Amino acid sequence: MPAKASKNRRLKFEIFRYNPQDPESKPHMQSFEIVEQPYMSLFIALNEIRETQDPSLQFDFACRSAICGSCGMMVNGRPNLGCRTQTSDLPDVITLHPLPVFKLVGDLSVDTGTWFREMAESTEAWIHAKEAFDPSAQEGRMDNELAQSIYDSDRCIECGCCVASCGVANVNGEFAGPAGLNRIARFAMDPRDVREDADWFEVISNEHGVFGCIGMMACHDICPKELPLLEVYAYLRRKALTAAS
Amino acid sequence: MSGQVISTDVLVIGGGLAGERCAIEAAAAGHEVIILSLVPPRRSHSCAAQGGMQAALANCVKAEGDNPSLHYLDTVKGSDWGADQEVARIFAEEAPIAVRELAHFGVPWTRVKGGSNSYFIKGERVDIDEQLENDGLIMHRDFGGTAKWRACYAGAGTGHSALYAVDSEVVRLGITVRDRAEAVALIHEGGRCWGAVSRCLRTGEHSAILAKATVIATGGHGRIYGQYTTNATINEGMGAAIALNTGVVPLGNMEAVQFHPTALSPSGILVTEGCRGDGGYLLDKDLHRFMVEAEPEKQELASRDVVSRHMARRMRDGKGVETEYGPHLWLDIRHLGEEHLTTKLREVWDICRDFAGLNPAEELIPVRPTQHYSMGGVRVNKDGEAYNMAGLFAVGEASCWDMHGFNRLGGNSLAETIVSGRRVGRRVAGFAGSENLEVVTSVALDAVKAAEQRAGRLLANTGAGPGAYEIRDAMGEVMIGKVGIFRTGDELAEAVSGLRALHDQCDQIVLRSRAPGMNPELTFALRVKGMLRLALVTAMGALARTESRGAHFRSDFPLRDDAKWLNRTLVRWTDDGPELSYEPVGLLDLPPGHRGYGSAERIEMEKTIEQYNEDVVGEQAVHGRLETEEEPGSRIRWGDWGGQQ
Repeated sequence: MPAKASKNRRLKFEIFRYNPQDPESKPHMQSFEIVEQPYMSLFIALNEIRETQDPSLQFDFACRSAICGSCGMMVNGRPNLGCRTQTSDLPDVITLHPLPVFKLVGDLSVDTGTWFREMAESTEAWIHAKEAFDPSAQEGRMDNELAQSIYDSDRCIECGCCVASCGVANVNGEFAGPAGLNRIARFAMDPRDVREDADWFEVISNEHGVFGCIGMMACHDICPKELPLLEVYAYLRRKALTAAS
Repeated sequence: MSGQVISTDVLVIGGGLAGERCAIEAAAAGHEVIILSLVPPRRSHSCAAQGGMQAALANCVKAEGDNPSLHYLDTVKGSDWGADQEVARIFAEEAPIAVRELAHFGVPWTRVKGGSNSYFIKGERVDIDEQLENDGLIMHRDFGGTAKWRACYAGAGTGHSALYAVDSEVVRLGITVRDRAEAVALIHEGGRCWGAVSRCLRTGEHSAILAKATVIATGGHGRIYGQYTTNATINEGMGAAIALNTGVVPLGNMEAVQFHPTALSPSGILVTEGCRGDGGYLLDKDLHRFMVEAEPEKQELASRDVVSRHMARRMRDGKGVETEYGPHLWLDIRHLGEEHLTTKLREVWDICRDFAGLNPAEELIPVRPTQHYSMGGVRVNKDGEAYNMAGLFAVGEASCWDMHGFNRLGGNSLAETIVSGRRVGRRVAGFAGSENLEVVTSVALDAVKAAEQRAGRLLANTGAGPGAYEIRDAMGEVMIGKVGIFRTGDELAEAVSGLRALHDQCDQIVLRSRAPGMNPELTFALRVKGMLRLALVTAMGALARTESRGAHFRSDFPLRDDAKWLNRTLVRWTDDGPELSYEPVGLLDLPPGHRGYGSAERIEMEKTIEQYNEDVVGEQAVHGRLETEEEPGSRIRWGDWGGQQ
């Protein structure tokens, strides 16, 4: 919860540093100190550090309102969006690392774009439409509750926090990952997509799909958008079983 | 590697909704397309649009009788007659296609529930029976400045869902996306654009991307207001800046800057107009609903410029809640109930919890008007072609197409991205199909070298010069202090001289970091001069325009003046600096009149409509408008105002 009053705490940041573009750079931790302000998020704190202490510090923010998914990072060992993380919820020492699994760009910045594009390509994460769009036709109907269910899965912002938190994704580069499984479910439940259970079976039912999940469910606990991932996996397992039978 | 040259048919600069939709059209026609994007495309600022996308589908009871003509009418009135009416007409007619196409791409639009539904309208709970035969069609919600419920929506994440659906088409078509890449200059020669110099934001290396057709789709430039904007940090307007830097391409109506009534205070994060559309109220510090007296007809749902001015006046009159971050007012959506707030306004619920620590079902939301949208941008003709530069196009918020004039209606920008993306994409595809890449490599290499030298000069500066971030902060203070909601000649003159001084300091910026690679400080220092150019031409346009129209309000000239100012500001950056000129807004179909909200007083035009229209085509051509595929006015449906005015 954002705190309305400043405690004027001195915050100590321990930040992972490494610039792959600099042959002299070696991975290490660097310390910074700043004074806490009211409503201080990691977006505000990291910009203050960069603008007043070390202008070479790399990190990614765009919307700063928890909708673009740019700023996933490890905050005291737990993945979260930097912009929605309030310093008032954290202890005096704040340790920041880049998300694992993704390729490092520099310091706290990682290449989630390439990972998610590859995931979208491998799961063919687009509507496989019955026919071409007809600009003169009225829209197809959909029950509002189904639209709401699709929207619930569609809300994923591809921040990568779930992937970083996933024990399987950390060791198996082929695993679709929580975000990938959610994406599959989003299209599988959409009647506008012509793919049938049998088409999904291949994608879902091997060790890189939903049966690769070993059920630790850190993804469900840390998802910044609170996606119903437990339900998503249950849905996919059911789908795999009906496709197999 | 430095000096690399890449060729393609079409280069799209910007991976938001407008750019991607345009890219899809060109790729589907068989062209090779490259999208350059500062961020992975799904992180573009289109994703932050919350409340809706306007299209006259007329699917629910409160939308009955709606049609594209009424949408057109609302859009022109919303623009305070600053819009190009033909473009507004094209837009309103094609918006329904755009919304349905997004359904085809997979957007989970909220749907009509046939039978009894409970809504909040003008402060009252109202039960309405939605027709069973419309069950499952795309639902609408109310928004500001519209005669009907027209905004189609997916919860309060409409932009997010639209962007993901459109990007999934980009993936399906296999379009090349170069993310973490920035266009830092256009490659052009003799009035013909041949692509852009790209700077890689992973390595800091420059390369040339040569293209038959180049599209600017970089979104708005709200960050010229520093932190006083709802915009993302990436909305720094570099597309408009590199167009301005050509010296020949004009920007249009830069003084037309929208302030959104309800940004969260103090963070500036957007809280959607859908809150008021769904029945939310604005309250002052005494919990008084002041908009009912201020605008008896539309109340909280007048246009954004009008509501923002009423709010600013209310706070100026001491009725704001004072805080150490300045005053704010309240947005009250408690009465909508938790179920509504956690479904149809779910993103607002999250924002309130994450960024203000409050529960909007029980507590009031602190809000104040904040910079939100840039009506101005790269001036283009109705086909999306930039003035004075063949092969250069612009779409979406980066452009001045110009359907918004001096005030954009809520929900019209999302619809614009898809409508203009489809249309301009088609024109881009046709253009690329009929042209060859005929540019000598030395032009490209010279442009790359110039960009590298610019970065090199900044890195070489030493001593006690200014810092890039200090210049940015000073710019933001000038813009919010003197080029805000209420403007005066004196303050604008101060803004112009202040911004000019800041602009002239940009080449002396001294960096503290010389880190190899992208170097975030260098990256920003390379942008801030372009931002200052946009800020300066905004202030100059505002100073010169001695009237009040839409979002441009001059306290010293409070009336709209259709005798002198029924025109569009154009600005080019010549060797002697910025040069302002004016062209007619476009062919007039709907005669200038009262908008139905805001002030009814105005100075009438002296010419007849016929006299005005006689000069439009010729004068626009003089200012550089390229010839369009169809003749000007071909899409206007003269006098067809949907049965009313």
